[in-house]
Amino acid sequence: MDFAPVLEGFSVVLEPTNLLYCLLGVLIGMLIGVLPGLGPAATIAILLPLTFGIEPVTAIIMLAGIFYGAQYGGTITSVLLRLPGEASSVVTVFDGFALARQGRAGTALGIAAIGSFIGGTVSVVALTLVAPLVAGFALDFGPPEYTALALLGIVLVATVSGGSRLKAVIAACVGLLLATMGRDGFTGVERFTFGNLSLADGLDFVPIAMGLFGLGEILYNLEERHDTVKAPSTVANVWPSREDLRRSAPAIGRGSVLGFALGVLPGGGATLSSMAAYAIEKRRSKTPERFGQGAVEGVAAPETANNAAATSSFIPLLTLGIPANATMAVIFGALLIQGVTPGPQLVSEEPELFWGVVNSMYIGNILLLIMSIPLVGVFVRILRVRASILAPITVLITLIGAYTVNNNVFDIGLVVAFGVVGYLMKKFGFDPGPLVLAFVLGSLLETSLRRSLLLFEGNPVGFFTRPISGVLLAVFLLVVLLPFIRNLRTRRRADAADRHTETYR
Amino acid sequence: MTSSGDEADREAGAAASRPASGPDAVPADMAGLAAAVHELELEEHHRPPPAGPISNLIVAGMVAALGLAAVVGSLALGVGSPGEPGPGTWPLLIGVTLLALSVVLAVQARRTTDAERFTRASWPVLAGLATMIVFVAVIGVIGFEIPAALLTLVWLHYLGGESWRLSIVISIAVVVAFYVIFVGALSVRIPHLF
Repeated sequence: MDFAPVLEGFSVVLEPTNLLYCLLGVLIGMLIGVLPGLGPAATIAILLPLTFGIEPVTAIIMLAGIFYGAQYGGTITSVLLRLPGEASSVVTVFDGFALARQGRAGTALGIAAIGSFIGGTVSVVALTLVAPLVAGFALDFGPPEYTALALLGIVLVATVSGGSRLKAVIAACVGLLLATMGRDGFTGVERFTFGNLSLADGLDFVPIAMGLFGLGEILYNLEERHDTVKAPSTVANVWPSREDLRRSAPAIGRGSVLGFALGVLPGGGATLSSMAAYAIEKRRSKTPERFGQGAVEGVAAPETANNAAATSSFIPLLTLGIPANATMAVIFGALLIQGVTPGPQLVSEEPELFWGVVNSMYIGNILLLIMSIPLVGVFVRILRVRASILAPITVLITLIGAYTVNNNVFDIGLVVAFGVVGYLMKKFGFDPGPLVLAFVLGSLLETSLRRSLLLFEGNPVGFFTRPISGVLLAVFLLVVLLPFIRNLRTRRRADAADRHTETYR
Repeated sequence: MTSSGDEADREAGAAASRPASGPDAVPADMAGLAAAVHELELEEHHRPPPAGPISNLIVAGMVAALGLAAVVGSLALGVGSPGEPGPGTWPLLIGVTLLALSVVLAVQARRTTDAERFTRASWPVLAGLATMIVFVAVIGVIGFEIPAALLTLVWLHYLGGESWRLSIVISIAVVVAFYVIFVGALSVRIPHLF
């Protein structure tokens, strides 16, 4: 492997502007992690208009910083308030809050910060080694492989998304449908534009993401009754003891590996890996009864894993052009707006962008470690800012930001409309994540499918005769059919059990 | 994901055979952990109760209508053939999938629990939406300052339950800050009155 471009990436990161935006990104990430309400996908969507005027590398460095910074920040509220700031920090609540009640909140935060730093850094090193290989492998993917890959990516994200699988797939289909609006790339025919000129080029990604993720989430939160904010306990002695470090070292090691591996999978991501890491630690432990009562491993493992996963989920995006989760879908959109198409050619054609973004994560993790150990008191104080004050400010940033995209009032209207759609989706149990993800992959999927069909002269069996697309499609079918098979099996088992009890009656 | 699903199955089995170590014990299997996490989030957020089967049927109907519209629209565009796909081929596939999935949604309407009812708590959403619509409607005419201040005031005092004094002070401060940042520093071409 050629390390020259990797090292050159550092000179990109060390440019003052890039350093500044890296700091800005992790700072914003840390803040939104601490403040309950908006997640990283929503924040990145809202801030998209801000990135238009700056260089692609700089923009993505900042957006990436928001994403992994949020993983650090989410820990603080989980530990101090039993209120997870981030979905990926929910499991940390079990042991983190128990530790805080014993007056050891500092220990929990310190261990979490160290674990996050190690997990993130290990994951960047692994990414540096793995990403070029994946990209090299994917360079000769043709349309059939991309069809299969995009289908698999969408269905995997839908499968592990928060709520109902069926509703996630429906949301994804709606996203695919929205992506077909505008001029057809093959024939030039206008599709579903209803004669509206501003729809001729299709729907813009920015108002959809800002509306569904940003305004949708804010409107949804308005329905919640908030308890009076509990006063956070004071944090003292953030440096963990030697004993705590000894206990958590293996958990941090396993969390790094597990987080990296699960983060690469589409739909894997930070939340799933934090839960898996916690489960593994509890089962491996000789004293599982300590878990939930304030075991440091129970904080170290998930916090390490979610950070490792946040970092490694950049691999499918930057090497295949397939976003692995909702936040990556928004970053995918940001890259497209910057005129960069993520895919296997990115490593070789845009090495400065690729390695600049990857190497910025080393710096970002160091900055975050500094913010979460010596400066943790500052962020604890921010916990006193009320959500009711932040909400209108966020709304205004969104509305004015939407206007600045094209200096157009129509766009603000579009954002508000998609905000209503996002609210209703969440209200009725549809996760907007798969919709946005499918929307950004929609035109790639359709183009590859139609090219493949032309290639195979209309015979879909062709997909299965090519080894890679065949395997990917087989996995796709397995993922789609597995729930049905399992349903049948459990039903049959239940029937058998019924008969069993009847014979013995 | 298939492997982790199987694993979850096995783990669930293992958890069932193990004696429970107390009512507050944190589960060690993925399914149990996911349930515990879900419970924790519900407890924290005080969401409205689940919607009834009729709302679920309406949702299924809306999905069906969207699927049908896609099918009709793509037939009009020309669906082509597998060998020569037309502009309507792909939308047709999506439309048919949506129609099929809406049927499943309708069948499950009775057992669906993840949709929420509209309650008294939903009124603030409508009020919040109204302030945004007013903002969009008047920004082109009178600039962003007055609608932005009004929006902030409504959200702070009526939706956020803050005191009048604090709400007024913050609303003015927010508009001034936005003016300084967007109009002054960034010279964004947002319509403004002053």
